[in-house]
Amino acid sequence: MDINPVFLLVTLIKIVAVIAWIYGLLRVVGHASKWVKIGGIIVAFLIVQLAISVPIGSSPILSNFDSGLLFQACTMTMVALGLNLIYGFNGQFSLGQWGFYGIGAYAAADITYRWDNYDAAGLLVAGLGVVLVGLVILMLNRILSRMRGIPVLSAFTLYLIGVIVAGAVALFIGAAIGQALTPLFGTEEAPGFLASALMAQVVFFLAVLIAGVFAAEVSFLFGLPVLTLGSDYFGIATLGFSIVINTLMVNSDTILPFPEMKGGRGMVGIPKVTNWFWAFLFLLLVIIVMRNIVHSSTGRAVMSVREDETASKAMGINVANYKLLSFVVGSLFAGIGGGVYAHYIGFLSPGTFDFLVGFNPLIIIVFGGLGSMTGTIVASFGWIFFLEGLLRVILGQMGTEAPTWRFVLYPITLLLMMLLRPQGLLGTVEWGFLRQREVKPRSREESNTVPVSIGAAPAAK
Amino acid sequence: MQQANTSKPSSFLARGSGARLAWIGKGFLIILALLALYILVKSFFANPQLFAQIVISGLQLGFVYALIALGYTMVYGIVRLINFAHGDVFMVGAFISFYAVARFRLHLWPAAAFPGMSSSLVVLIGSITVILLSMLVCAIMAVTIERVAYKPLRNAPRIAALITAIGVSFFLEFFGALNFVFSPRFIPYERPFEVVTWYISSGIHQVQAGTAPPSGAITFSNIAIIIMVASILMQLALQFLVRRTRIGKAMRATAFDKQAAQLMGINVDRIISITFAIGAAFAGLGGVLYAIAYPSIHSQLGILPGLKAFVAAVLGGIGSIPGAFVGALIMGQAESLTAGYISTPMRDAIAFTILILVLLVRPTGIFGEPEKEKA
Amino acid sequence: MLDTPTTQSQPMTATAVTAGTPVLEIRKLTKFFGGLRAVNDFNIAVHPGELAGLIGPNGAGKTTVFNMISGLYMPSGGEIVLQGQDIAGLEPFEVTRMGVGRTFQNIRLFSNLTVLDNVRIAYHMHAGYSMIDAIMRNRKFDAKERELTERAQDFLAIFKLERIQNELAKNLPYGEQRRVEIARALASNPRLLLLDEPAAGMNPGEIVTLMELIHFVKDRFGLTILLIEHQMRFVMGICQRITVMDFGEVIARGTPKEIQENPQVIEAYLGKGAAHA
Repeated sequence: MDINPVFLLVTLIKIVAVIAWIYGLLRVVGHASKWVKIGGIIVAFLIVQLAISVPIGSSPILSNFDSGLLFQACTMTMVALGLNLIYGFNGQFSLGQWGFYGIGAYAAADITYRWDNYDAAGLLVAGLGVVLVGLVILMLNRILSRMRGIPVLSAFTLYLIGVIVAGAVALFIGAAIGQALTPLFGTEEAPGFLASALMAQVVFFLAVLIAGVFAAEVSFLFGLPVLTLGSDYFGIATLGFSIVINTLMVNSDTILPFPEMKGGRGMVGIPKVTNWFWAFLFLLLVIIVMRNIVHSSTGRAVMSVREDETASKAMGINVANYKLLSFVVGSLFAGIGGGVYAHYIGFLSPGTFDFLVGFNPLIIIVFGGLGSMTGTIVASFGWIFFLEGLLRVILGQMGTEAPTWRFVLYPITLLLMMLLRPQGLLGTVEWGFLRQREVKPRSREESNTVPVSIGAAPAAK
Repeated sequence: MQQANTSKPSSFLARGSGARLAWIGKGFLIILALLALYILVKSFFANPQLFAQIVISGLQLGFVYALIALGYTMVYGIVRLINFAHGDVFMVGAFISFYAVARFRLHLWPAAAFPGMSSSLVVLIGSITVILLSMLVCAIMAVTIERVAYKPLRNAPRIAALITAIGVSFFLEFFGALNFVFSPRFIPYERPFEVVTWYISSGIHQVQAGTAPPSGAITFSNIAIIIMVASILMQLALQFLVRRTRIGKAMRATAFDKQAAQLMGINVDRIISITFAIGAAFAGLGGVLYAIAYPSIHSQLGILPGLKAFVAAVLGGIGSIPGAFVGALIMGQAESLTAGYISTPMRDAIAFTILILVLLVRPTGIFGEPEKEKA
Repeated sequence: MLDTPTTQSQPMTATAVTAGTPVLEIRKLTKFFGGLRAVNDFNIAVHPGELAGLIGPNGAGKTTVFNMISGLYMPSGGEIVLQGQDIAGLEPFEVTRMGVGRTFQNIRLFSNLTVLDNVRIAYHMHAGYSMIDAIMRNRKFDAKERELTERAQDFLAIFKLERIQNELAKNLPYGEQRRVEIARALASNPRLLLLDEPAAGMNPGEIVTLMELIHFVKDRFGLTILLIEHQMRFVMGICQRITVMDFGEVIARGTPKEIQENPQVIEAYLGKGAAHA
């Protein structure tokens, strides 16, 4: 079969349409009027919903393959936005994002898989676990922040002990309550309340959130000691993290007590709950949270760390805290993305989370422009639709070596990009909602009348 | 956000209560170390022969890592770049020797040229030719990579060069996986010489072909000896080069301060190229030896050994040549012992765990010089 | 403590040196880098409202002293007492929160951020809202963020930077970058301001403007200022008292006039024999 020019054209139009849709979405979300905002979001949601569900002729505008790409693009956006927060905004070169993505995917899948098999313990243990661990971390943080000059290894040990204790408590209580809830699932013939379709959706939602928080907590424990290492070492340590996580996934049935993850053979039977509503909701949530953090005092502190750590310290910013903060939030996004992905694809295998694949988000944020949220979103969608979609189809018709050629082309484009346009395609451009509100400069007269004080002790007269 | 505790002045030595908690971290490390020691001692007494066998295989691995780690440490010392592609240069070295041996029978050329030559001499000269060819090709390749990909970015942010290095690494891996290059399959490697194995059992005996060594005896092969000898020789040669020659002096000057070196009339570009070439030649040698020791090669062969060798270089103190050597030996032992006594898949994990622990305790590595403070 | 407060008035100085408890008092401060003694037994007392200078040849250890005061370096020994509290060994951000602002020798602006953001970052510790408020975009966030922005703009107005507030810091000319850096340091609400070579790389005209500016902010905000400078004209014209360092040790203290006539200082700057020439 030859490459069909009509197919090519249609795919290109789809890519342009998706990017136009993103532009429109960002514009309406950024609109001043609340009603335009809400209406616009609903319209943006419905446009895609119709495009993937209402058939025109034989198939909808966006075929099954296309909607699959769409979900993938949504999850990739979440992962890449998280990485952009860590690397683009905070300047910490992390190669571990893919590991947190994998953690999120497996954690969420494990919860819903168990629920699907009439076992509430997964949800209860994980839910209770992340809450307790979160509380312990916050509590210890409170205590430790009062102490000066505590060695990072000691802090890490204390956190580790706290987390293990909290985890053990959660395991004990959660398993017990889970056992008690089993009758509520009913039987195959007469499903109980907990086995209803509504509960499946609720559990999915909770599972994704829990997975995100779980990934964030892992990143806290890992980042606490490792972020002190400095940029290159941090990069290599996070790469190591990805490799370790992948090794654990391959051995999840032997080393880790998770036989249902089936190790290297891959986990099957994950309920495919992700639909456009969920993907859109989580995507929007991540974008909004990210933007609200970036355009706030917290975001400015995060960026100042990237610009100049020493000056940032001299401005009273606790640099170590802000590195950790952006790392944790970035991992939270990755975990959420992983949860959404797992329930779209329904099948997880360690190969998906191989560290080589993990360079994709990095390439995406470099393409889109470090420090540009719009660039990341556009590059994620463009990347998935163009390279995974278009190129795979074209190359697929060229021979069996196609996938390899794809991977030969990636690095070449990356190299050209670094040599020709290192600031990324979009640089620091932001669209609509993501743009920082510009503060109008004052006129001279206006500024001459303002009283200024810095709260310092008044001058001794 | 915490507010600094301003209630009472604290004297300098007891500045805040946090420092007093240092024992917790130390205790954690000591417990880990004791645990590792316990496993080792227990294993040793359970089966000393097995233990010795594992240590020998760890040494073999460690000496290969040492060869790769040298390249990392030299390049990092001079251009401050984690040359991710270094591991792939190592892979190319293995493949060059594979083609030289399996396709072109290069290792037999002395026999064709001088028919009367004794067979052992043929093998010796032939094998060395193959190795030199691999080293040469790798050196040329690394210099090309440096010129094409890294040099234009020398004044760009360091991270741009790092991403480029990752790109080059990917390119080599997947270009190598194309059918007309190396193919994506595992390829059985043909050694240029025969393996000879000895066992120790009241004296050293050669294992006769077709027979098994007595059970419980410690065995070792000529491959292990070749790897160790080659690695140590290269180590000494490099030390000589860096300490005693003009080029070495220029390299050290460049590593110390590029601008100043330039002003002193050193051709910095040339020195950087030479550094890449030497590092790559060592990686090429390492690739050949690795393939001889573990005779199954494929296009992603270089990734993990490359990463572990880098970890070894960091462990020893990046920029330090003896450091890379010691780090590599530690890494080899750690990996071999983990595979032997904990679990085989965990051996990749252990390398990075050790890295993180060492960096936390001594951020500049074992042999690294303490970094000067800058503000 | 060790140095006697002088009362000689200078034509340029507006405030007389106030006696009383010093804002900053450093005793026996020492710093080793490996075997190198960068600062040895350094003592100084800076009184409220004073404009003190720290001078010395290159490598004398001046910036090392600054870095120890602001917490970037850990002292090897000695005390740094800020308004009665020993701050030696505190983290830099803690020192800043206790009221020490500083600028850097080689300007360290957040170059890819706007001038306004540069100043707003200095307000971070007084922002008054948490990250949760920012994510929710609640009323508290809106109010505090507006307040913070206005105060930052007030500062820019003082320094005549309001028209370039949306420029990236890296695109500014040198002199303006210096001013932004001082504005940023002031926005962190200091009682003691450390200026590390504020006049470096400026032409004589710019230096005069800078001197006026420093006097202005000092009086305006009741600051105590300690500055390092190489440009003799600048130091002599602006400082009330000067401490001279060489090879990590204090070699002289006094009024600008005394310093100018001190043979040891001349020797340190011009080499041995020059004083007698």
